[in-house]
Amino acid sequence: MDLINLKNVEKKYKNGVTAIYDLNISLKKGSFTFVIGGSGSGKSTLIKMLYREEKPTKGQIIVGGLNVAKLRNKKVYKLRRKLGIVFQDYRLLPKLTVYENVAFAMEVIGADKDTTRQKVLKALEEVGLKNKVHNYPDQLSGGEQQRVAIARAIVNDPKLLLCDEPTGNLDPDMSMEVMKVLEDINKARGTTIIMATHDKDIVNKMKKQVLSLKEGRLVNFSKKGTYRNESN
Amino acid sequence: MKVIRMLGRSIRDAFKSAIRNFSLSLASISCITITLIIVAIAIIASLNVQNFTKEIEKDLTIVVFLENDSTSEDVARVRKEINDNKNVDTYTFQSKEEVKQKMQQESDVFNTVLDGWEGKDSPLKDTFQVKVKNVKQIAKTAKQIKNIEKVAVVRYGEGMVDKMISAFSSVEKGTYIVVIALIVVTVFLIINTIKLTISARRREIGIMRLVGASNFTIKTPFIIEGMILGVFGSIIPIVFTTYGYTAFYNHYHGHLFSELIKLIEPEPFIYNTSIAVLIIGIIVGMVGSAGAVRKYLKI
Repeated sequence: MDLINLKNVEKKYKNGVTAIYDLNISLKKGSFTFVIGGSGSGKSTLIKMLYREEKPTKGQIIVGGLNVAKLRNKKVYKLRRKLGIVFQDYRLLPKLTVYENVAFAMEVIGADKDTTRQKVLKALEEVGLKNKVHNYPDQLSGGEQQRVAIARAIVNDPKLLLCDEPTGNLDPDMSMEVMKVLEDINKARGTTIIMATHDKDIVNKMKKQVLSLKEGRLVNFSKKGTYRNESN
Repeated sequence: MKVIRMLGRSIRDAFKSAIRNFSLSLASISCITITLIIVAIAIIASLNVQNFTKEIEKDLTIVVFLENDSTSEDVARVRKEINDNKNVDTYTFQSKEEVKQKMQQESDVFNTVLDGWEGKDSPLKDTFQVKVKNVKQIAKTAKQIKNIEKVAVVRYGEGMVDKMISAFSSVEKGTYIVVIALIVVTVFLIINTIKLTISARRREIGIMRLVGASNFTIKTPFIIEGMILGVFGSIIPIVFTTYGYTAFYNHYHGHLFSELIKLIEPEPFIYNTSIAVLIIGIIVGMVGSAGAVRKYLKI
């Protein structure tokens, strides 16, 4: 079954730049997909449209049964509760501990304390940070901070995890740490993962399906793909 | 359960934010305080103007003098017509004889002079004293009565009354405009101050949006924060209203300038005014913060 379906999607920004041209993609539930391409290829725009930070100018985007392109501003939270998002810059709250940062995602959607506690600890265990619950983000390494962000993204049991260059700020060792966590989540939870990246090594090592974009167009979609030169 | 939990969280967050951004909160509170003091003065002034306008209006009377040769049938007919006039509230009738007796009682000079006149010779006239319902239409009503047959003269203190009524109503309108303008200005000031506290929390709001907090959840703490600022901002104006007005009232013994202008008694007037000031403060704070947070809820 397809979790994500894009039909004839086009995105033109207000300044006249077209970031995506006529994109047609469908991604299966439980899949792990890399979105690759150089700067300006439209991979960030694609991710942003999937969580409705940007609206497509044309076409249809279905995520988990929700018509994202037609989703009204007030209802965006319904989509956001179905997915987790991880960014290059972690986006943690510096004044909260690791535990509080992850629990924050549960609190703001109105979960009760017991459920919150149980799920937060489970998520932190999955990313291997159960022993750092009382630390603050600035006491952690970049890789650990990103894992906290991943824990926050999965704490609500989303079907889909969107990652926008999650290893962009990390050295190769830490990147692999993060990739391992993502792969475990994909396998253990069956969470569909879409990850935008420009890191060749990671793509080549992971051997997942690869979606290459170039100047806003889909140039290649291969199972067990590698980072080809043509998409650069 | 969920709603109560979310509300509890909102209130907690609102207090946290108000305390964390103490200097900004203080700025908002002072700004609300100053406005509310002026608003309170304006309310007190306009209600007092309204009050003594009403008092004066209550005393306004149209005096209707009938022709000297009016018969008792004429009197009955005029009485009926006055009675039928829609703007007439109450009226009293005094016949020539009653007027004469009254005047004779008042002074010895009148007593001897009037004694010689009886019946048709008497220069005195039958009179009606008429109170109207709507003072603004007193001139029209007087004219209508004047047109009744056998009515000789109608008096209601023309020029003076008209001028007073228009003066009071413009004072009242003026205070309303001042109050509304001040409230609008304060709302804008609060929008800007709360915008600053929000921009300090932009990151947090962004993350809340990302993890699926509804707009309502994001907005509520800020609106409650605005209400808290409104409540704190109205403390000084309420104290000012309560003690200030009572002192003012006592100092002037309940009258301003002359016996004619009566002040409203402090109780329960000051309590009602305080409540009005508090409610205005809360609403201003709420509207201000709701306006400030709006910008951050768009995607």
